[in-house]
Amino acid sequence: MVTKTRVMLFIASILLVLTFFFPLWSIDLHAPQYPEGLGIRIWVDQVSGLKPNDLQSINGLNHYIGMKVIDPETIPELKIMPYLIVFMILFGLLNAYLKKPKLVYIWLILFLILGAVGLYDFYMWEFDYGHQLNPNAPIKVPGMTYQPPLIGSKQLLNINAVSLPAIGTIIILISILLTVFALYYNSKALKREKVNA
Amino acid sequence: MKNLSKKNVLIALGILFAFAAIYSGCNQSKSTMSGNEAEQVYVAPGTYDEFYMFASGGFSGQLSVYGLPSGRHFKTISVFSQNPETGYGYSEETKVMLNTSYGFVPWDDAHHPELSMTNGVPDGRFIFINGNNTPRVAKIDLKEFETTEILEIPNSAGNHGSPFVTENTEYIIASTRFSVPIPQSDVPISSYKENFKGTLSFIKLDPATERMNLAFQILVPGLDYDLAHAGKGPSHDWAFFTCYNSEQANTLLEINASKNDKDFVAAVNWVKAEQYLKEGKAKTYTTEYYQNHVDKKTQVAISEKKTEVKVLDPKDCPGMIYYLPTPKSPHGVDVDPSGEYIVAGGKLSTVIPVHSFTKMLKAIEDKQFDGDLNGIPILKYDAVIAGEVKDPGLGPLHTEFDGNGYAYTSAFISSEIVKWKLGTWEVVDRIPTYYSTGHLCVPGGDSKKPYGKYVIALNKITKDRYLPTGPELTQSSQLIDISGDKMKLLLDFPTVGEPHYAQAIPADLIMKNSVKFYKIEDNGNPYAIKSEKDARVERKGNEVHVYLSAIRSHFAPDNIEGIKVGDVVYFHVTNLEQDWDVPHGFAVKGFNNSELLVMPGATRTIKWEPKKVEIVPFYCTDFCSALHQEMQGYVRVSPANSNIPISFSLGN
Repeated sequence: MVTKTRVMLFIASILLVLTFFFPLWSIDLHAPQYPEGLGIRIWVDQVSGLKPNDLQSINGLNHYIGMKVIDPETIPELKIMPYLIVFMILFGLLNAYLKKPKLVYIWLILFLILGAVGLYDFYMWEFDYGHQLNPNAPIKVPGMTYQPPLIGSKQLLNINAVSLPAIGTIIILISILLTVFALYYNSKALKREKVNA
Repeated sequence: MKNLSKKNVLIALGILFAFAAIYSGCNQSKSTMSGNEAEQVYVAPGTYDEFYMFASGGFSGQLSVYGLPSGRHFKTISVFSQNPETGYGYSEETKVMLNTSYGFVPWDDAHHPELSMTNGVPDGRFIFINGNNTPRVAKIDLKEFETTEILEIPNSAGNHGSPFVTENTEYIIASTRFSVPIPQSDVPISSYKENFKGTLSFIKLDPATERMNLAFQILVPGLDYDLAHAGKGPSHDWAFFTCYNSEQANTLLEINASKNDKDFVAAVNWVKAEQYLKEGKAKTYTTEYYQNHVDKKTQVAISEKKTEVKVLDPKDCPGMIYYLPTPKSPHGVDVDPSGEYIVAGGKLSTVIPVHSFTKMLKAIEDKQFDGDLNGIPILKYDAVIAGEVKDPGLGPLHTEFDGNGYAYTSAFISSEIVKWKLGTWEVVDRIPTYYSTGHLCVPGGDSKKPYGKYVIALNKITKDRYLPTGPELTQSSQLIDISGDKMKLLLDFPTVGEPHYAQAIPADLIMKNSVKFYKIEDNGNPYAIKSEKDARVERKGNEVHVYLSAIRSHFAPDNIEGIKVGDVVYFHVTNLEQDWDVPHGFAVKGFNNSELLVMPGATRTIKWEPKKVEIVPFYCTDFCSALHQEMQGYVRVSPANSNIPISFSLGN
C-alpha cells in the first residue's frame, strides 16, 4: 500500500471525529406562526431543537394530533451510535497502519451496511411517530398520518416538514468517498510501479 | 359713540379676516399634500419601522411605544398606573411597585421619558419617566419593556423637572415644581416667602446593580423649578434647571408669577456638589420615601422604606449653583449637541434666549454678578447671553436639535414649529402644527449626536383633525420631515393619554436585545413550578396556595375542591411555555382585582377571596391556541364550616 493511500485512510478516519460536532440530519418545520423557524437536529448521540426550546415546542404541537413525545432518552440508537462511529474510526486508523486493502474493503462494506441500516431505522422511527397516534388526540383528521419524509418535503396539515441530511452525514459520505478513492489510487500506483519495474 | 362702534366693526372684520386666513391655511395644508408623503411614512406589512418612539402617557400614568415613521402603536408600558389588562399593580408580584409614603398610589401623571445615555448618546438600555403628582421616578428596562424600579422623591411636590440624565447616566436629575416647606410643617400658605423651599434631586444609577439611589438633594430658594437638562461635552459637570415665579407668589400665579421680565435658569455644578457631599457638607434630613424594585432573580417586586436623605445647602457650598437671568417664565431648558448653548423656552418671552456655557464660566470667574437670591449669585444677563432668537413664534416652550446646526422650537400659542440656526440665531423656516404643540421630539434630539430626519410635534389639542369621539378627543402627534431645507408635514397619528415629551431611538439599538421569553429554569419566583408534575394545592390555615401551571391548552390542576367561603386563595400561575409570544391569561369568575397575563416562563400570583358557595369557573383569557376555549377549570367553593378536604386533579 502506498504512503499517500495510507494518509488518505488516516484522514478519512479522523474526519469521522467531526460527526460528534455536527448534526447528521435536519428536519425543519415551516408554519405561518413560526416565522423564526422551528426544527429538529439529529446527532450521533442526541436529538435537539434548532433553537433551545424547539423540541419542547414541537412536542407541544404534536400532542394535539396525538404523536408521541420525542424524548431522546428513550431512543436506544443514540446510545449505540457513538460506539459504532468510534469503532469505525479505530478500524480505519488500523487499516492505515496495517496496509491491508482487503480489510479496507471490509471497512467500506461494513460502513455502507451500517448506513443503510441506520437510514432504515430512522425511517421506522419516523413511521412509528407518524402512525402510532393517541386515539384521544384532540385533532383527528380521517386518514391523516404524520410521518415526516426521509429526504424532501411534505405538507402535514399547516406544517411543511423538510427533511435533509446535515453536515454530519456529508462528512460520513466524504470519508467513504475518500476511502474509495484511496483504494483506487493505491491500485493505480501499484500498477504503475509494476510497469516501471 | 358712533366712532367707537365703527372701530368695533373694524376690529370684528379684522378678526373675521384672520380666521378666514387661518381657515384657508388649514385647508391648504390638507390639500397640498403632494403624494410622496404617503410613501415616506408607509412601512410595508411585515417590515419594521426605523425608530422606536416612547411617548409619555401624561395623566394615563403610562408610557407608550410607537414606530416611526409609521406612527403605529406597539405597546403601552404600565408604569405608575394599575393595569387590569396585565395585572400590573394588582398581582402580588407587582403591587408593591406602587407603594409610596402616602400608601398605595395606583396612578400618576407621567411627563418626560428620558433614554439612558452613554457618552451623551442614547444607549437603549433603560428609559426613565417621572411621576409628577406623587413625586416618583421610574426606570423601565428596554430588554423587557417592563417597569423594574420606582423611586419616590422626598422633599418634593410636583416632580415636573424630571427625569433628565447626565452624559453617562451617572445621575438622573429631578426638580420640584412646587416649592413647599422643607421639612414639611403646618404654616400659613401666605408665609411662602419665609417658609417655602425647592429641591433639586440627584439620583445615582449604580453601574453594577443598575439600581437607582437618591444620592443627595440641593435645597434652593422657593421658586417653581420647572424643567431641566444635563450638560454635555464641555458642560458635562453641569445641570440646568428653569425656574419661574421669581416673584415668589403663592396665589393667582397666572398674574402674580408673570410680573418679572426675567426669571432664571439655575446652573448647578453637580461634580462640585458630589465633592461637597464627600467632604461631609450635607445635612441628613429625616423624611420618608419608598424605593421599589423588581428583584432580577425572582421577578418579584420588593418595596423598601427609606427615612433619610442627604441635603446640601448652597450656603455651605460656594460655587455649586448660580442663577442665569432668563426672560420670561421659562419652561424648557435644552442644551445643544456641542454642550455650549443653553436654550430656554421663555413661554411669555418675545425672544428665545440662548446662554453661552463659555461665557457663563467667564462671568463666574470675573464675578459678573447682579445681586443674589438667598445667597445664590445671579449672573449678569449680558455676561452670559450668547444670542436671542427674534420672532420665534408665541409661547416658545421646548427645543430639540438635528445635529446639523439647527434647532427646532415648539411655539404653543402660535401653534407652530420654528427652525432656527445655532450661532446666527436667525429663523430659517416655520411650519404650522395642529394644534398647540407642547414638547417636540427629534430622534436623539437632546443628545450629542442627534439622528435628525424627523421632528414630531406633540400636540395638546386636536379639535377637527380626526373623526370626533364625543367631548373627549384623541391625543395626537404629527410627524414632520426635516431632512430638507423646508419642513414637511407627513403624518398625523393618535397617541395614548396626553403625550408630553417623547424620545425616539433607532430600532436596532433595542430590538436586538429584546427578550422573547423567560427561561423556565431561571424562574426564581418562590411560588414557581418548573413542571406540571409539581402542580398542587396546599392549605395553611385559611390560606390556600394553588400552584397552577399553564401550557397549551390546559391548566394543571383544573378541578379544585376543598376551598371554603372565608379562605384567602392565592393562585400562583406559572406559564410553562418556552416559546415567543405565547402568554397565558388567567381569570376567575368574580375576581375583585384583575386578570393575570403571564409571560412564557414567568410566574404571577393573584389573590382571591371567595364569598359564595358555588362552583366557580376559571379560564385562559389570552387566545393561546386552537383549543384555547378548552383551557378552563372549576373551583368548588364549599360553606365555611364544611369538612371537604383539599383535592385537585387533571384529566380524570
